[in-house]
Amino acid sequence: MKIAVCVSHVPDTATKIKIGQDEKTIDSAGVTYIINPYDEFAVEEALKTKEKFGGEVIVLSVGNDANKETIRKALAMGADQGILLKDNNSRDSFSVAKALAEEIKNLNCEIVFTGKQSVDYDNSITGQLIAELLGFNCATVVVDLKIENNKVIAEREIEGGKEVVETELPVVITCQKGLNEPRYASLKGIMAAKKKVIEEKPAACSENLVEIIKMKKPQEKQPGRIIGTDSSAVPELVRLLHEEAKIL
Amino acid sequence: MSDKIIGVLEQRDGKLKKVSFEVVNVVSKLSQELNLDAELLVIGNEIENLHELSGYGISRVTHFKNENLNFYSTSGYSQIIADYSKEIGSKYLIFSNTSLGKDLAPVVSIKLNAGCLIDCINLITDSEEVVATRPVYAGKALVDAKLKSEIKIITIRPNVFKPKSNGQLTKLNVTVKDVTSPNLKSKVVEFKKSEGKLDVAEADIIVSGGRGLKGPENFYLVENLADVLGAAVGASRAAVDAGWRPHREQVGQTGKTVTPSLYVACGISGAIQHLAGMSSSKYIVAINKDKDAPIFSVADYGIAGDVFEILPALTEEIKKYK
Ligand SMILES: Cc1cc2nc3c(=O)[nH]c(=O)nc-3n(C[C@H](O)[C@H](O)[C@H](O)COP(=O)(O)OP(=O)(O)OC[C@H]3O[C@@H](n4cnc5c(N)ncnc54)[C@H](O)[C@@H]3O)c2cc1C
Ligand SMILES: Nc1ncnc2c1ncn2[C@@H]1O[C@H](COP(=O)(O)O)[C@@H](O)[C@H]1O
Repeated sequence: MKIAVCVSHVPDTATKIKIGQDEKTIDSAGVTYIINPYDEFAVEEALKTKEKFGGEVIVLSVGNDANKETIRKALAMGADQGILLKDNNSRDSFSVAKALAEEIKNLNCEIVFTGKQSVDYDNSITGQLIAELLGFNCATVVVDLKIENNKVIAEREIEGGKEVVETELPVVITCQKGLNEPRYASLKGIMAAKKKVIEEKPAACSENLVEIIKMKKPQEKQPGRIIGTDSSAVPELVRLLHEEAKIL
Repeated sequence: MSDKIIGVLEQRDGKLKKVSFEVVNVVSKLSQELNLDAELLVIGNEIENLHELSGYGISRVTHFKNENLNFYSTSGYSQIIADYSKEIGSKYLIFSNTSLGKDLAPVVSIKLNAGCLIDCINLITDSEEVVATRPVYAGKALVDAKLKSEIKIITIRPNVFKPKSNGQLTKLNVTVKDVTSPNLKSKVVEFKKSEGKLDVAEADIIVSGGRGLKGPENFYLVENLADVLGAAVGASRAAVDAGWRPHREQVGQTGKTVTPSLYVACGISGAIQHLAGMSSSKYIVAINKDKDAPIFSVADYGIAGDVFEILPALTEEIKKYK
């Protein structure tokens, strides 16, 4: 079974965002980039799936040379092969999904794992787009997965509970925290990953459909006041909630 | 004849959800500003409260009906919506950015060759085009964006576009279409309701607890306050990672992004990843014994005190108001 994992390379979640000169993207000076946190669940699930059914885990990322670091992180965890689909432009999810779908088709993968969301643009659509472009089924925001023969049973997290989705291979699964505990890369894994060659190809991106006009900072919230330091401040707090905030 | 705009409504257990009325509100606004014919679409079996749609100035409702479509099916729902949109030649489709909307909208977008803008919090029309504002980097920045595709799909963040009935009743023109053989390549076979009462993603008030609560056994303090406020319980990642709370309650950059009317943070320091998920709440109250905790930089009202003392007192005081 050939298994694809898509990983994106994103600013560390602790990053303070500064708007770039172009007013359309962020200023990346001094920003540390990491593997998208949800994609670690995707890599882990791909590895577990391989352990169960055999096969090969292929890591794919669309972006520039810097993305190799994130691909290498997945290789260090145990993925077999890494492919960088090279593109230096700012791409929307449609364009990225097109490039990924194209490559996954060539590779003949039956299962694709993605994160539920990339913590940069927070689109949470790339997995579904890939699925539909390939004619695969998909289950999103998955916290439990069972695959038997051709059958796929996925639990997805929704408002107020979990939905159990039944479908069939081939499938795209978008992974949510809770699905598994991503393994740490072993020293051996890290050394092996350093030696693996990451294949590079031009990404077959399509035109962007989303046009960014302007990026801006949200209105800063003005810090309010500290009303007190013990329970004697409680009546005043409740009064404010009632009279000023009109909540109670 | 003008172009069409479709609002895709959501039902659960045969009842339209609150977010559906937010979609109706947005469809009504855009149809006026862009001079489009508005239609509403809902998929499910019996739907008991369709009549509640009559106060919003939109009369055309199409109900796609089949007993197997009571539960969500990505393949089934996306097929119906895409086919119908093609049939009537719709230019805009509006969804709520719920777990269903987020799953469905991108699939429909590929079928229609449409672009989609996700999780929009503001929509304005500028020379016949919609410019949407959406948060990125978990709300640490915003972008204004538009779609270049001919057909445009927009999902709106729940709880932002509050439904406004215009007070007049419009006569509803409901067309029921029986779906004979829905595409059920993927389908929901069961819904496992979680024990918690309210979901943070849907709540108007949230009381969250963090490491300052010291252990899971003390979360009853947070729950009691949530109860008197009719609020949902949330948690910081520290509380979730420690196994004190389920991860569905996690608020923050890698948890849920929330915009309630009131957010009460108890024993939470206010790490940047936590703030990213909740700082756009309308009102924020922080209770933390460290007066320099970063949570106070976004709080409207703070008490720099001990949660074990403040929470019971606050719960009692609020009871007096009820
Ligand atoms: C990739 C990544 C993603 C992350 N995503 C998220 C996320 O989505 N959501 C999230 O919340 N975090 C997230 N974090 C973690 C974040 O950085 C913080 O570690 C976390 O938010 C801290 O939780 P806390 O405030 O409960 O704990 P702490 O930071 O330990 O704060 C506890 C607070 O309680 C106060 N306190 C202690 N005792 C009392 C008392 N008796 N009364 C009153 N106050 C008291 C202390 O003064 C302190 O301020 C993420 C981190 C990473 C690396
Ligand atoms: N540039 C990219 N390269 C590879 N995979 C990506 C890329 N962007 C997004 N993805 C995948 O799609 C998921 C959802 O991303 P998004 O739709 O951008 O929120 C991510 O968790 C990744 O698994």
